[in-house]
Amino acid sequence: MVPDDLRFTKEHEWVRVEGDEAIVGITQYAADQLGDIVFVELPAVGKVLEQYATFGVVESVKAVSDLFAPVAGEVVGVNDALADKPELVNGEPFGDGWMVRVRLADAAQVEGLLDAAGYERIVAEG
Amino acid sequence: MTEATTTTPLPSPLLDRHERLGAKIVEFAGWLMPIQYAGILEEHRAVRSAAGLFDLSHMGELVVEGPDAGAALAAALVTDPPALAVGRAQYSMICADDGGIMDDLIVYRLAEDRFMVVANASNARVVSDALAERMEGFQAVLDDRSLATGLVAIQGPRSIDILGPLTSLDIGAIRYYGIAEGVVAGMPVQVARTGYTGEDGFELFADVDRVGELWDTLLEAGRPHGQVPVGLGARDTLRLEAGMPLYGNELDASTNPFEAGLGRVVKLSKPGDFVGRAALERVVRDGVGRQLIGLEMRDRGIARHGYPVLAPASADAPAGPVGSVTSGTMSPTLGTAIAMAYARPVDAGPGTMLAVEIRGVPVAAEVVPLPFYKRPA
Repeated sequence: MVPDDLRFTKEHEWVRVEGDEAIVGITQYAADQLGDIVFVELPAVGKVLEQYATFGVVESVKAVSDLFAPVAGEVVGVNDALADKPELVNGEPFGDGWMVRVRLADAAQVEGLLDAAGYERIVAEG
Repeated sequence: MTEATTTTPLPSPLLDRHERLGAKIVEFAGWLMPIQYAGILEEHRAVRSAAGLFDLSHMGELVVEGPDAGAALAAALVTDPPALAVGRAQYSMICADDGGIMDDLIVYRLAEDRFMVVANASNARVVSDALAERMEGFQAVLDDRSLATGLVAIQGPRSIDILGPLTSLDIGAIRYYGIAEGVVAGMPVQVARTGYTGEDGFELFADVDRVGELWDTLLEAGRPHGQVPVGLGARDTLRLEAGMPLYGNELDASTNPFEAGLGRVVKLSKPGDFVGRAALERVVRDGVGRQLIGLEMRDRGIARHGYPVLAPASADAPAGPVGSVTSGTMSPTLGTAIAMAYARPVDAGPGTMLAVEIRGVPVAAEVVPLPFYKRPA
C-alpha cells in the first residue's frame, strides 16, 4: 500500500504538495528493490531542477541509481540527515527518508503524475 | 564480470531452498544463484559476528588423478602442487603464455596421486579445457566434477561450534588451508578450512544429490548461533574488506600476478617449465607498470568498478588519470567507502593521497594497506 495523498512517477519517486512547495522522495517499493541504501547524493539548496531530469543518486551496497525529479522547481531544502543515516530511506521512505523540498515552478505538473492507484498498478505489473 | 551466455542458466541444486528462504535470485556466471536473503548488510554482519551459510555450488571442481597428477599441475599452474602434503591446499593461478591470469584457483591434495582444483564458475570451462590440453603426455586424467559436486561454505567465528557437533571429524585439527574427508550429517563430505570472507570457516564438498540435506542440517544447526544464509552480494563485500581479488574485477587475462600483488604465489623457483614462466620471469626482471592498491575514501562518495583514479601533479607528470577502480563499496565493517584499484607503482605507498572521479567530480582517497579488514586474533 502506498499513501494516497501522494503523487508518483513510473521511476518510483513520490511528491507531497504543501502549499507552493513539494517534498520529494522514493517509494517503499524502490527502496526495497535497491536493498540496503548506503549513500545518497542530493543537490544543494538553490539548485533548479528540471522535471524528469536527474537530480541526485542513491547507492545501495551493490548499485548506483539515478534520482529523477518528478517536478520542476528550485530546491529550498534537502534532508541532511541522510548524509549520516542513508538507511532512513529503507526504513521510512515516505517519512524521515524524504530527499528534497522544492518550490514548484508549475503546480500543474503535479496533476500529470500518477495517483496512488495508478502507481500501484505499475508496481503490480512489474 | 561474467562471460555473456546465451544458454539457459543452470539452477543451483539448492535453488528451491533459496526461493523458500525468500532470496532474491540472479543469474551469475551461467547459474541461478541467491544474491541476498534478508539484506546484504545484515548478512555481512552476521558472518563477521557469528556465522553465515553460503551456497557455492556454481564453483568448478576439477579432479586430476594419476601417477603424474602433481607433475601435470606443476606444468599447468604457477604454483608447485607436488610440494603440497596430502590434506593440504594452496592458492594458485593458471596463466596464459603471456603471463595473463586465466583464473585464480585453490588446489587441494586429496591423496598422493589425486588433486582437486577449484575454479571460478565463470572460468570453469576455460580452466577445464586448458588443463586437459596441458596434461597431454602426462599419466594423469582430468575429471570435471563441477556438475556432480555441491559446495556449501560456513564462515564466521561460530563456524567451528556449529559444524563440530555434526561430524566425527576433529575439525579443530584441520589447519587453515587443510582438507579432510569425513562424514557430516550422515554423508561423505570433503571438509576444507578455506574461504573467501576473511573469517575462520569451512567449505564442504558433497555429492550434488545430497547437498540439499547438508544445507538443511547446517542451516538448522546454525540458527541458535546467529547463523544466517548469505548470498553472493555479501560474499562480495566480505571478500573486498578482506582484500581478496575477484576474477573479472582485480584479475583478468590482461593482468599478471605481480601487478595484482600475488607475486608470492608464483613459484619461479620450482623445477621445470610451466605455462607463462618466460613471461613472468620478464615481469620480475623489468618490474610492473601498475599495481593493485587499496583506497579509503576521505570525502563523501563511493568508488565503483571502472571509475578513474586521479593523481595530483608531480615533478614528472601533470595531474590526471593514473589508473582505475576494480571494486568498491561502502564497507559495512569499517563504515567508510573502500576500493581496490590499479595505479602506478609510484602511487602505491600507503598514505599517498589520490582521488577517484565520481560522476565527473574528483573525490579524495587515501592509499591504505590491504587487507582493509583483519579478523581479531
